[in-house]
Amino acid sequence: MIRHFLENGLDARVRIALAVILAVAILVPAANLLVPEGSPFHVPTYLVTLFGKYATYAVLALALDLVWGYCGILSLGHGAFFALGGYAMGMYLMRQIGTRGVYGHPILPDFMVFLNWKELPWYWYGFDHFAFAMLMVVLVPGLVAFVFGWFAFRSRVTGVYLSIITQALTYALLLAFFRNDMGFGGNNGLTDFKDIVGFNVQARGTRAALFFLSCLLVAGGLLLSAAIVNSKLGKVLVAIRDAESRTRFIGYRVATYKAFVFTVSAMLAGLAGALYVPQVGIINPSEFSPANSIEAVIWVAVGGRGTLVGAVVGAVTVNWGKTWFTGVLPSFWLFALGGLFVLVTLFLPKGIVGTWSEWRAKRKTATPADASPAPAE
Amino acid sequence: MTEALAANSLLYLDDVKVSFDGFKALKGLSLTIEPGEMRAIIGPNGAGKTTMMDCITGKTRPDEGEVSFEGGTIDLTKLDEATIAELGIGRKFQKPTVFESHTVEDNLYLALKSDRGPLATLFHRLSGAEAARIDELLATIKLTGRRGDLAKNLSHGQKQWLEIGMLLAQEPKLLLVDEPVAGMTDAETMETAALLREINASGKSVVVVEHDMAFVRELGVKVTVLHEGGVLSEGSIDHVANDPRVIEVYLGR
Repeated sequence: MIRHFLENGLDARVRIALAVILAVAILVPAANLLVPEGSPFHVPTYLVTLFGKYATYAVLALALDLVWGYCGILSLGHGAFFALGGYAMGMYLMRQIGTRGVYGHPILPDFMVFLNWKELPWYWYGFDHFAFAMLMVVLVPGLVAFVFGWFAFRSRVTGVYLSIITQALTYALLLAFFRNDMGFGGNNGLTDFKDIVGFNVQARGTRAALFFLSCLLVAGGLLLSAAIVNSKLGKVLVAIRDAESRTRFIGYRVATYKAFVFTVSAMLAGLAGALYVPQVGIINPSEFSPANSIEAVIWVAVGGRGTLVGAVVGAVTVNWGKTWFTGVLPSFWLFALGGLFVLVTLFLPKGIVGTWSEWRAKRKTATPADASPAPAE
Repeated sequence: MTEALAANSLLYLDDVKVSFDGFKALKGLSLTIEPGEMRAIIGPNGAGKTTMMDCITGKTRPDEGEVSFEGGTIDLTKLDEATIAELGIGRKFQKPTVFESHTVEDNLYLALKSDRGPLATLFHRLSGAEAARIDELLATIKLTGRRGDLAKNLSHGQKQWLEIGMLLAQEPKLLLVDEPVAGMTDAETMETAALLREINASGKSVVVVEHDMAFVRELGVKVTVLHEGGVLSEGSIDHVANDPRVIEVYLGR
């Protein structure tokens, strides 16, 4: 059953994308670890980490495309799920510091000692176990998304109103995580990580491994999302996007379907956040800022909404542009981003991948007609 | 008396009242549809036809009155749209609404009677019986040649038929059909009448709301005339056409 389900996701476009992603996953770490530093083919470690960050953004974009592109839920708060997954990973990494913190407390992270806390809050229990932390990475965003989605979708909040309350969700979490007495490090967040499952987070090998895992998550997320959208459930999602009340009148519980896909998407975003944090070395409340979530929407729009592969392409392209731009003309990046969004909306409404596949489809239908000989009379 | 009526009915509406912000859309509407019956409902704009359908399908909750299904055993006023659809009431909208970015085939596939839960659909595989049923439906609605086309590329009339096909795919006991021939050519109108009669002959009850008198005559069934949220007249087409109250409403006083 599961095998058939996953095989369904392997259409031509996904196969090509998976091949490219897996090639990158192997070649980049190889070029970093095996190729000597003087060689033109050497990839410096800072770039490995940077690409790893792009990969986690690509997964966030995939998660967003699943709900926005296929079910019409324009979430402007998906960064919240990414950040929640990141915090769960950050809590694990904090507990791994042990006595190596500035205050050397065996159990309490530095910021708690600094705030004169005497014992670990209950919600930090278990985070010293990697498996438990990984479970929380998916469960916490999943639960938040499910509860939020259940109420919003059951009350039939749609369109702009839903987008606004998703913004409110991430903004509320931003304010909450800023508070010191929440117990998540307040303004500074969680940082100064040392080890991840026994390996030094700064080491070249660990960074290469994290990059590899991030690429694997992109590949896995793409396969899972493609399998979902190609299943009958995926067709129901598109039906909801295009004619919600029709779908209801043929007997589908629209709210349940929306809550399902919203929850799956949030879990995927949580996993992306968990891989993001050890690579950038910090998680703080700014990850909840509404602007981050909106930027993710732009990645998807640029790459091509409702194409999945486009989300990956868009996330990598826009972030590459961001890196380049902030290096050359730092003060103009936001103008460039805004301009990009306007231009894409006006001239490439289907995004890069959407426009590309439309052009190919047109060429395909045009060619046989031209090439075919005149019918014999 | 009313219990006896309800017990023998498929659909039973008794003294249904609905108002929106003071506007009384339905003022004590009563209607009984028997199993296997086809009924035409006519009435001028604002007579309450669409509101009546909304009450039956769970979109609108009546302020007062009874709406029940299957011999009065199921109270429809307590249920949501999806549950009512699963009970066997299919609805075709006035404006044709099909899933535009799905193929004709997929539109029917989604409508086929099956488990509607998310997990069931996630792992669903098209069975041979389902494929055969889709072929059969495509033949009934005369869209076999366009099965692979996107629904948005169909003509207006073809969309109407596709929507009727989707209703049939749900295998409902009762079909509610709102203005099925609006915007159709005369030939298409007659074919649609034949299609609906065929559906009715297969044992399904059908309620058709329509303005087109030629079409209603072609159906040749009992007619209910609605006016200002209540039943004005009921009987054969000739009976209602000669009813002075109907003439007054339709032709002005």
